[in-house]
Amino acid sequence: MQAQTLYEKLWSSHVVHVEDDGTALIYIDRHLVHEVTSPQAFEGLKLAGRKPWRVDSIVATADHNTPTDHWDKGIQDPVSRQQVETLDSNIREVGALAYFPFKDARQGIVHVIGPENGATLPGMTVVCGDSHTSTHGAFACLAHGIGTSEVEHVMATQCLLQKKSKTMLIRVDGKLGAGVTAKDVVLAIIGKIGTAGGTGYAMEFGGSAIRSLSMEGRMTICNMAIEAGARAGLVAVDDQTIAYLKDRPFSPRGENWDRAVEYWRTLHSDDGAVFDAVVELDAAQIKPQVTWGTSPEMVAAIDGTVPDPALEKDPVKREGMERALQYMGLTPRTPINKIAIDKVFIGSCTNSRIEDLRAAAAVAKGRRKADNVKLVLVVPGSGLVKRQAEAEGLDKVFVAAGFEWREPGCSMCLAMNADRLEPGERCASTSNRNFEGRQGAGGRTHLVSPAMAAAAAIAGHFADVRELA
Amino acid sequence: MKPFTKLDGLVAPMDRANVDTDAIIPKQFLKSIKRSGFGPNLFDEWRYMDVGQPGEDNSGRPKNPDFVLNQPRYQGAQVLLTRDNFGCGSSREHAPWALEDFGFRVLIGPSFADIFFNNCFKNGLLPIKLAADEVDALFAQCHATIGYRLNVDLDAMTITRPDGKVIPFDVDPFRRECLLNGWDDIGLTLRHADKIRDFEARRRIDQPWLFA
Ligand code: SF4
Repeated sequence: MQAQTLYEKLWSSHVVHVEDDGTALIYIDRHLVHEVTSPQAFEGLKLAGRKPWRVDSIVATADHNTPTDHWDKGIQDPVSRQQVETLDSNIREVGALAYFPFKDARQGIVHVIGPENGATLPGMTVVCGDSHTSTHGAFACLAHGIGTSEVEHVMATQCLLQKKSKTMLIRVDGKLGAGVTAKDVVLAIIGKIGTAGGTGYAMEFGGSAIRSLSMEGRMTICNMAIEAGARAGLVAVDDQTIAYLKDRPFSPRGENWDRAVEYWRTLHSDDGAVFDAVVELDAAQIKPQVTWGTSPEMVAAIDGTVPDPALEKDPVKREGMERALQYMGLTPRTPINKIAIDKVFIGSCTNSRIEDLRAAAAVAKGRRKADNVKLVLVVPGSGLVKRQAEAEGLDKVFVAAGFEWREPGCSMCLAMNADRLEPGERCASTSNRNFEGRQGAGGRTHLVSPAMAAAAAIAGHFADVRELA
Repeated sequence: MKPFTKLDGLVAPMDRANVDTDAIIPKQFLKSIKRSGFGPNLFDEWRYMDVGQPGEDNSGRPKNPDFVLNQPRYQGAQVLLTRDNFGCGSSREHAPWALEDFGFRVLIGPSFADIFFNNCFKNGLLPIKLAADEVDALFAQCHATIGYRLNVDLDAMTITRPDGKVIPFDVDPFRRECLLNGWDDIGLTLRHADKIRDFEARRRIDQPWLFA
C-alpha cells in the first residue's frame, strides 16, 4: 500500500460519502459543546423538528462565561447566566454522554476536560464550536473547530461536510534549551510561517523535539495550530499517548483497551509519506518568546527588540505593524525585557494544565510579585487540575507570591466574565490570542509561556526565565 | 438560508490584513442566544468611541468618524473588500451573522481564514478569493471613485467592474449550488441517512470503544 500521512489515514477512515466536486461527508465521533456557540444550534434543531443523531457523542461543559471567584454567589451577569442556563436546559432536554455544568467538580475549559477524562481518543474525529478544538489533535485525532451552523449539522446528522485539506509537516528536531517550553516552540513556528501560513492545511507536528514533549506540551502546540491558520493540528501516537490515556474515565477498558491500543499504534505518518509542505525548525535555536503586537505572528525572542516598521518593505505589512505598535503603546527598537506590565494571566486552554501550573509555581516559589503588577490571576483549566494543584501545594506557592488562585474557566483569555484588562493595561498572558480588545477593550496582551508569565510577574517587566536561577 | 444569485452593490474597503473575528464582533455580544441583531455591533470597537454592551440602544452612541464604514460614501455598502487572512481567530459564526445583518452579501479578498470562510456559505454570504493584484486594483478604484459599485454574478462566476472589465472567480461547485438555491445543508445530508447508518454500524463493530 502507498505510504500515507496520519491525516490521510484519519480522513479516509471517516468518509461516509463524497460529492462529485470532492466535498465529503465525514462521520463525527465526539462532539464537544459549550454554552456560547450552541444555543442557536439547539434552537435550530428544535425549530426544524429534528432530533440529535447520537447524543452519546456529546460531552458538554460551561466555561466561557463562568466566574472564577465567589462561586457561592452564582453568575452575577444576567446575560451570561441566561446563556449558561440555556445550556443546562438544552442538555437536560436532549441528553449527553457527560455534562460538567457550572460548579461541577469536573467542570472546566472544554479543551482541557476532553483529554483529561479520556473523552478524546486517538483515531476519533472531534468537533466543537470553538476554534481551539485543534488542541485534541495531540492525541492523533482529527479535531476541528466549527461554526454554529455546523454544530447543528453535526447534531442532526453526526456528520460534517468537509473538503480534504492539504498536509503540512512541521518538523522540530534537536533538544530544547532549559526554560524553553512548548509555548515558545509554537510561537516560534507561527513567527516563522505567519498566521495564515497553515491556511488550508492539516498541520502535523513531528521531529525529536515534539516527541520529547509531554502530552500536555503537545496539546499546547496543537492548540495554537489555528493561530497559524490550520484548522487541525496533529501529533502521532506513541508510548506517551497510550500511557496518558490508560484508566481515564472514558478510556476503553479490558479487551477493548487492548484492541484500541493495537489500532492506535498505526496512527502515525508512514515512512516515505509525502506532505504538500514541510517546514523545519532547529529546537536548539528557539529562545523564550514574547509577542509584541496584535497578531500571534508578531513575536520576538526575550533578548530581542520591538521591530521597526520603517524597515518593512511591504506597505500592507508596514501599516499593520504601525497600527499594532500604536495600539500596544510601544516604540520601535525597545528591548523586550524593558517592557513593564500591569497584569498577568496564567490560564486558558493553551496553558492551564498541571504542568503549566507547576512551571509557573517553580518560578514563583519563595518570590513576590513586583509592586507595579496590579494583579496576577492563576486560573486552572478544570476542577480536576485545580484539585491536583492544591494537593501539590501549588496554590500556597501562588498565594505567598501575591498571585490570586481562582476557580476554573476561560476567564481572562477572552474576558467574557468579570476578569478583564482595563483600557491601556498591559498583560503578560499564557493564552493564545493577542488581538485588539481580546482581554478587554483597549487591553494590551503579550503572549508568553507560564514560566515567562511568572517571571514577568516577579520582575514587573518581561524577564528571561533562563536567567532567574 | 437566503439564496444568492446576483448583486449590483456599493463597495466598501477594509484596508487591513488579519482582521480577526474578535474585531468583527467583540465577545460581549456572544452572550446572545439569538442568531440575529448583530449588525449594529459589527466592528463595535472600531466603529464607536465607547465600549458597547449587549442589549444597549446603539443609536445614541458616539461614532468614530475615521472608521471607514462610518463614512457617508460607504453607507448602504453590500460588498466588502478585504485583505489577507480576513476572519482569522475565533470560530464564532456571529461574525458572518453580523456582516450579513449589517447588509453585506459579498466579501472579496486575497485570502480568508478557513472556519470563517466556511461559516459565510452557511449564511448566504459569498466570500470570493481573487489574486492579490486584482484585489489591489479593486482597492485603488474603490478609493478613487465615490459610489464605486461591483456587479457580482454567482451563476456565471464573474465580477464586473464599472470600467467593463470582467473578473472570473472560482467557487466549489457544491457550495455554489447550495448558495444559488438557498439549500439547507442538513436536509441535503439527511438524503444520505442510510449511508450514515451503515457507516455507524460498521464502526460499532470495528471500534466498539467509541460507542461505550
Ligand atoms: S480558554 Fe480561551 S481560547 Fe480556550 S476555549 Fe476558552 S476562550 Fe477559547
